[in-house]
Amino acid sequence: MARAQQHDYDDIPGTFVFDAERSRQGFGINMFCMSLMKDENRKAFKANEAEYLKKFNLTSEQTEAILKRDYNRMLELGGNIYFTAKLGATDGHSFQHLAALMTGSTQQDYAAMMLAGGRSVEGNRSRSGKNTPSKFLSAEPAKKATAKKAVKAKAKAGKARVSKPKSKAKSQKRK
Amino acid sequence: MARIVAGVGPSHVPAIGAALDLGKTEEPYWKRVFSGFEKSQAWMRECKPDVAIVVYNDHASAFSVEMIPTFALGCAAEFPPADEGWGPRPVPVAKGHPALASHIAQSCILDEFDLTICNKMEIDHGMTVPMNLLFGKIEKDGQWPCPVIPLAVNVVMYPPPTGHRCFMLGRAIKKAVESYPEDLRVVIFGTGGLSHQISGPRAGLINSEWDKHFLDNLSGNPQKLVKIPHIDYMREAGAEGIEMVMWLIMRGALDDKVDEVYRFYTVPASNTAVGHIILENKARKTAAKPKAKPKAAIKHKRAAARAKVDRVRA
Ligand SMILES: [Fe+2]
Repeated sequence: MARAQQHDYDDIPGTFVFDAERSRQGFGINMFCMSLMKDENRKAFKANEAEYLKKFNLTSEQTEAILKRDYNRMLELGGNIYFTAKLGATDGHSFQHLAALMTGSTQQDYAAMMLAGGRSVEGNRSRSGKNTPSKFLSAEPAKKATAKKAVKAKAKAGKARVSKPKSKAKSQKRK
Repeated sequence: MARIVAGVGPSHVPAIGAALDLGKTEEPYWKRVFSGFEKSQAWMRECKPDVAIVVYNDHASAFSVEMIPTFALGCAAEFPPADEGWGPRPVPVAKGHPALASHIAQSCILDEFDLTICNKMEIDHGMTVPMNLLFGKIEKDGQWPCPVIPLAVNVVMYPPPTGHRCFMLGRAIKKAVESYPEDLRVVIFGTGGLSHQISGPRAGLINSEWDKHFLDNLSGNPQKLVKIPHIDYMREAGAEGIEMVMWLIMRGALDDKVDEVYRFYTVPASNTAVGHIILENKARKTAAKPKAKPKAAIKHKRAAARAKVDRVRA
């Protein structure tokens, strides 16, 4: 769906950021999902889905996405995952079922990926090729930087060579 | 004078609550998660706070899309667990601390943090799961060990408050607590994260390297963390991982120098990397005051307790 404005975060692949624009467009989807917190509403929805959805002032695309359980499309049209998850729960699905659906994999494969440490960020940062890690990750913590400076200063002062201090971060890696 | 003595940062994954409620804590998958909090619970029993401020986010439970407050402070006398679609979690109703909460609200608002006041609110897993992780499992008809003050932060609709704003709010909360006349020991929770994305085709994203850097900098170098722009959180730690900014409120409410007394990290719990840290403010010198003696004794006991809590690095 065409966005009124482009944002830096639209460059993140496989992601629909729930911003003010989507929040406005998706008000009906999210209020529909919110209504499913009540048992009587869950029953009414299950009894006649299309009829129930008429109460929420949805666009035809939004209605179709809900009826088809197209979760990615719901997000694109302004649904938010914490809300759409309530639809999944109403259908009796676990959250992992929804996650697998959205990622286009089987639930088994998805669960296996998570157990193996999850989806890697490598290659998944950017649509436009901004795949270098955040500056925050590459910069050294200040403590480490000062420690290095101190070592340098000592070396300059002509004292015996000091072996590079192991950063706290590194030594913590070992269990 | 009231004082914040420590900050804790646990994740608030809903599946952790479900595992606890359904009695799955002994299953190997969940034991891996829960075992990381055994020492924290021992620490909390020793710490014995009089009040806990819990920074968390609501997940379409108390707030829908009708009203989206950026910072909402719970000033009510009690906070029932919310029905998140499966009936309320079987945990006790949390007692509030209306006197301290309204003092914090007043102090922060005059300090230019325009908090929303909630005199009636329900709390969801974002708050009850961290309470379980630190206080242990408590039956529905039991009682949480201390009153709580919820601080709900909007991290659902973009943009959440910036990391810097969160840190500064923490500073304002510290100032507020320290200007409260009653002697209270306060612990502050920052909850959520760590890296995770649960929406869209990129769901399942975990970035342990990011998480490690975040934890590494939290105690000694939070000024570096407050500069992280939202886009970096979302790219690196997942669209929902942006909720890590809430940890910076906790950090801001602590002293500049803190001791990291415990850390735990494991992947995954459901779709999320679980991170946990305990930071203690250093004991303040009270030597000149006549109260010094009993306080010193307490300090001693706490130091002994601290020694018992091994540093665990995962
Ligand atoms: Fe959350």
